[in-house]
Amino acid sequence: MNGKPRAERGELAVVLAGEAGQGVQAVESLLSEAFRQEGYYVFSGQEFMSRIRGGSNSSLLRVSGRPVRAWSDRTDICVAFDEKAVRHLAKRLQPETYVLGDGVPVGEGWRSIDIPLRKLAKDAGESLFVNTISAGILWGILSGRRETIAGVIRRFFSGKKPQVVDSNLAAAEIGMKLGQELKRSGQVSLELPPLGDRRGRLSINGTEAVSLGAIAGGCNFVSAYPMSPSTGVLVFLAKHGRDFGIIVEQAEDEISAANMVLGAWYAGARGMTTTSGGGFDLMTEAVSLSGMTETPMVVHLAQRPGPATGLPTRTEQGDLNLALYGGHGEFPRVLLAPGNLEQAYALAREAFHLADAFQVPVILLTDQYLMDSRYDVDDLPLPAAPAEAAIVQTGPEYGRYAITESGVSPRGIPGWGEGLVGVDSDEHDESGHITEDLDLRVRMVDKRLRKLSLVAEKALSAEWIGPEEAPNVVVCWGTALEIAREAVAGLGRRDLAVLHFRQVFPLPEEMRRRLEQADCRILLEGNATGQFGELLRQCWGIDWQHRILKYNGLMFSIEEVRAGLRKILPGEEVE
Amino acid sequence: MSGNPFDLDGQDIAWCPGCGNFAILRAVKDALADLDLLPREVVLVSGIGQAAKLPHYLAANFFNGLHGRALPVATAIKSVNPSLTVIAESGDGDMYGEGGNHFIHAIRRNPNITNIIHDNMVYGLTKGQASPTSRRGFQTPVQVHGVASDPINPLTLALSLNASFVARAFAGDIPGTTAIIKKAILHRGYALVDIFQPCVTFNRVNTFAWFKEKTYYLEDAHDVSDRAMAFQRAAESDRLPLGIFFAEEGRPTFAESAGVFGEDAVPLFRRLVDSERLGALIETYRGKPLEDQKGS
Repeated sequence: MNGKPRAERGELAVVLAGEAGQGVQAVESLLSEAFRQEGYYVFSGQEFMSRIRGGSNSSLLRVSGRPVRAWSDRTDICVAFDEKAVRHLAKRLQPETYVLGDGVPVGEGWRSIDIPLRKLAKDAGESLFVNTISAGILWGILSGRRETIAGVIRRFFSGKKPQVVDSNLAAAEIGMKLGQELKRSGQVSLELPPLGDRRGRLSINGTEAVSLGAIAGGCNFVSAYPMSPSTGVLVFLAKHGRDFGIIVEQAEDEISAANMVLGAWYAGARGMTTTSGGGFDLMTEAVSLSGMTETPMVVHLAQRPGPATGLPTRTEQGDLNLALYGGHGEFPRVLLAPGNLEQAYALAREAFHLADAFQVPVILLTDQYLMDSRYDVDDLPLPAAPAEAAIVQTGPEYGRYAITESGVSPRGIPGWGEGLVGVDSDEHDESGHITEDLDLRVRMVDKRLRKLSLVAEKALSAEWIGPEEAPNVVVCWGTALEIAREAVAGLGRRDLAVLHFRQVFPLPEEMRRRLEQADCRILLEGNATGQFGELLRQCWGIDWQHRILKYNGLMFSIEEVRAGLRKILPGEEVE
Repeated sequence: MSGNPFDLDGQDIAWCPGCGNFAILRAVKDALADLDLLPREVVLVSGIGQAAKLPHYLAANFFNGLHGRALPVATAIKSVNPSLTVIAESGDGDMYGEGGNHFIHAIRRNPNITNIIHDNMVYGLTKGQASPTSRRGFQTPVQVHGVASDPINPLTLALSLNASFVARAFAGDIPGTTAIIKKAILHRGYALVDIFQPCVTFNRVNTFAWFKEKTYYLEDAHDVSDRAMAFQRAAESDRLPLGIFFAEEGRPTFAESAGVFGEDAVPLFRRLVDSERLGALIETYRGKPLEDQKGS
């Protein structure tokens, strides 16, 4: 199942593993920066435990001359900072994988190379040097250029005292010598993959993509309660808040955060909150209030496995139903689910536009996998014109809930114009006052629901990847996109396509016919019950011939998806 | 007073005849008019309950949101448009019970808003259950054997959180209540006005006569800058003082601390994203080949 040897794959997969606090991420940062400096595309992803010290965490680096943007289980070389990291990673090690480290267990499933990392670090002056030494070893094995890694180390430690920089350079040197020796002696035989183009690309992760997209969408108010894996967006916007005139508040709870967002929109700001499933649970009442008061709202929901606290630092596509049904009563909403970093940026921006234009809650569904995945994108296009709020200056007779054909009432804000702006959580009349006129109630419900068909007409298209007439189709949504794309491309079959949805509600109609006509529909979802599959069944009557589901807390790897598809679709693969 | 611009005709009022809410409504309207505010400059934010219906009975902007959630909404509104006068008002169950956590944290933020609580020591809209300010022993259809918990003292709670303005009024005295509300609105920062109010239908213990007998105004000599004294007076329980217990000006408000109005008072709805700056931020993520960086 492991496919071609690494040289022909045109890539190199490095895994770094150790306890929390040992500096796995520092090595990841140093190396990915060094690879990028040399002009490579780098995908980095992380899986880690919910603890500050100890345990076993790992980072994956895929390095290639071609774009790489998905999680893989293939490992060419692994540096393990402790013995238990190897057991933790066993399923991702192959017989040809080199595993380097202190007392690496000798196993049949990998090639152990014992390196006294801890002693080397101690000899170099400090146990923390294990990071720079490890980076040096890998760089030495790959015959990387000394000035590249040195430049990266200098920049990495630029805020520190000069002796910190010098001692880390010396530690890297020790590592590089060792790496070169491992290579010379033939103990490790690895090469850097062939280089592609050397254009300057953006290297971002999901957190940055969502945050930058929010700014592009005109976000100027953020309130949130910290919760993995969504907190990074709050941190990012706090860091840059003053530069962009964004009010950023850490609320006392998610209830407050969501209600603040509504208050902000009501007064004319463009607000967002960022949370995960458990926090969204607490926000559902405010989502319902957004529906009733027709106050726009943007919620970034970064999913992690539930129920309850679940696996706090891991990933799942398990909260689709929560986002779809959370909140009492009947009202329209929009659910967006970016498939990659470009989409995360674009859809975060679009979320503000849709919330504003249709006066509905818009929920942006991501997950830990996307938040923590970093890779190269060519560009994040700036909006042609800055987002302008869809608000009106009110006249003296203004009523917030004028019943219109489209269902969208002109939205005034307090203090702009002669009119008064009243919004109400109770059923209300056109001026926003409480009503128990039951005929008016029906007209108001109908008005609000008319917006749903409006939103549906504008639903963002799904993407069909592969031969148009392919009788077999893998259907996925959200962050599974790039994994499915690479897995299916690698199978090289002319009878197989991928259909990916970036808007999961309301559904874009234009792919419905093609999906119905497929002979074999394969559902690919990162949850246990196939929630999106059920939604397609409910909305379009789609039935599924096969389902590939995963819910152990990790994202699908390309290899897993390929293996799953090989089982379902026997026969020749055309390379 | 005639011709109050905040008067609103034609509303079908849901309060019982004789309810203290009428007096509070009068006092709020008089205070706003006395301060020469215009309805379009004022936003009332409320939750759910009989008290929370007040914004429907006067002419102003309003956000009648969820039970207990008025304060986060009001805090946000004031922060994105500081030129608005924002009043968060609701009943004792809404603000101190369902919204208790928000009450605590709103005080800490010191938003420049007025927080009016109709305190009748009972739940009205849900028909007579205990509220967080109900006294021990108060019997209701749910607290059949009498309330077994101590009541919240909103004043000492707010003072313990260093609220910048803490006051109590009694709806039986409309001019006195109006005067306190005016000072609360003029206060720059979070202002708590807990207003005793008889519930004529569900509270037969804490009646108009009971409040009348139990309450008295703080002496003119009371020093509103003395927080320890304010705490002592607010903790009195035999007789219940009214008036401004504590007031301190000059603390940074939430909007000021948010740091977006420092050089630019333009409310957020009039602002556009700085695309050039965003472009520059995005470019910081662009990797440059090593050659280009030499000498940088």
